[in-house]
Amino acid sequence: MMVDQVVIPALKILIVLNAVLVGVTFMVLLERKVIAWTQARLGPMRVGPYGVLQPIADVVKLMTKEDITPVKADRWVFSVAPLIALIPALIVFAVIPFGPEVSLFGRQVALYITDLNVGLLYVVSVASIGVYGIILAGWASNSKFPLLASLRASAQLISYEVAVTMTLVSMIVSAGTLSMVGIVNAQESQQVWYLFVQPLAFFIFFVGGLAETNRAPFDMPEAEQELTGGFHTEYSGMRFALFFLAEYANMIVVSAVATTLFLGGWLRPFPNVAALSFLDLVPAWCWFLAKTFVFLYIFLWVRATLPRYRYDQLMRLGWKVLIPLAIANVVVSGLVKVLL
Amino acid sequence: MADVITFYTLAALILIFGLLVVTTRNTVHSVLFLVADFLAVAMLYASMNSLFVAAIQVLVYAGGIVVLYLFVVMLVNLKRPPEEVRDPARQTGLGGVLAGVVLAELALIAVANALDPPATDAASSTAGLTEQVGLALYTDYLIPFEVASVLLLVAMVGAIVLARREL
Repeated sequence: MMVDQVVIPALKILIVLNAVLVGVTFMVLLERKVIAWTQARLGPMRVGPYGVLQPIADVVKLMTKEDITPVKADRWVFSVAPLIALIPALIVFAVIPFGPEVSLFGRQVALYITDLNVGLLYVVSVASIGVYGIILAGWASNSKFPLLASLRASAQLISYEVAVTMTLVSMIVSAGTLSMVGIVNAQESQQVWYLFVQPLAFFIFFVGGLAETNRAPFDMPEAEQELTGGFHTEYSGMRFALFFLAEYANMIVVSAVATTLFLGGWLRPFPNVAALSFLDLVPAWCWFLAKTFVFLYIFLWVRATLPRYRYDQLMRLGWKVLIPLAIANVVVSGLVKVLL
Repeated sequence: MADVITFYTLAALILIFGLLVVTTRNTVHSVLFLVADFLAVAMLYASMNSLFVAAIQVLVYAGGIVVLYLFVVMLVNLKRPPEEVRDPARQTGLGGVLAGVVLAELALIAVANALDPPATDAASSTAGLTEQVGLALYTDYLIPFEVASVLLLVAMVGAIVLARREL
């Protein structure tokens, strides 16, 4: 009783939080490495073999740097903003299904923290709180460029949130459930990844995901040439690190949600081909992590390859292309569901 | 017992945040307290097993509408409290009467509930599920739902007309 209700959930939360935070630090290294390789450089090489200990050095550096609050800043909001950005990015992981129920030491353990029956809505609504961190950081700094950057960032987030939420509606139509575990189970019973059922929704979700995490080619809020550093220009030390953490944690969230919705979550590739059943020898959570990693790699790849959009192009793409396409996709999915 | 403690804690939080919204001098802080207030309301819904309504409360109010409030408040400066203004069109008397009517209505509901407690049927534990909300919305409450949609459409058309003088 006690073990099932308190100890195991607490352990799961501990493991997931630590895995995410460690994953984030190594994502930073991977990003520098991938971009370096794309540009025929070596990337970090000094700390440890091939620079693998670079993240540890970075963390120590960030934690020991001076934490500066500008004199004219709104102190209270200035110090709360990084937390408002980070906390939603972390608590989303409560509903991410890393794997099915497995028996571990003679006990049935589900490889997810909880399975809400409105899991997908939970993800969207918690993610919608994260935008406050960015707006407030820009405003509380009481400085021109951060304010401009935070206005850009929040306008971008709000615009793309509409398109992404609309694609999620069409996914709900396909799966018939809002539960994240239920969506993976639906893909298992329909024997197909939803990537092949809803390719348009996948495309919109991925583009929207890039825009919502402020990643290239939609990284206007951090356009150094125009805005010095972005909404976090006035932040230093650990508070800056929290924004950094939030951005990379959000990338992991988008990748994990995309994996769950479109790539069959923890299912092995081609769940419909019986001849490939030897692939089941690999534990389910490994498939989940591998697929999530593919998405994270694509994030870096896109950043290294594509130039930045202009701001009006970004808004036009969001409002005049993605949102109408997403709404049309909902209507078509509904019609297909009703007629077939 | 745990239910009662949760309810009164959340109710107290909601009231405190609500008071802070109207008493804080700094408008941005006031909007932030409004967000906190909405989150507390969402928690109240969640504690009553209405997870769908709770998620929508966060998504629409805390994450959507208040962000737009914040935009306006941030852009329309700001830290200086507004000068004392006497609005000539201010209807203090009418406002007082309306507040009195709402208060009387609430008191009436509270008294009626105390005299004749509403039946808590077994189905109420599943009342917050998404299917139930959807079914209720598209069958029993179809007309209010459509009226609300038309109202929103009118607001949208109005906003477009205001924003673009020449169409």
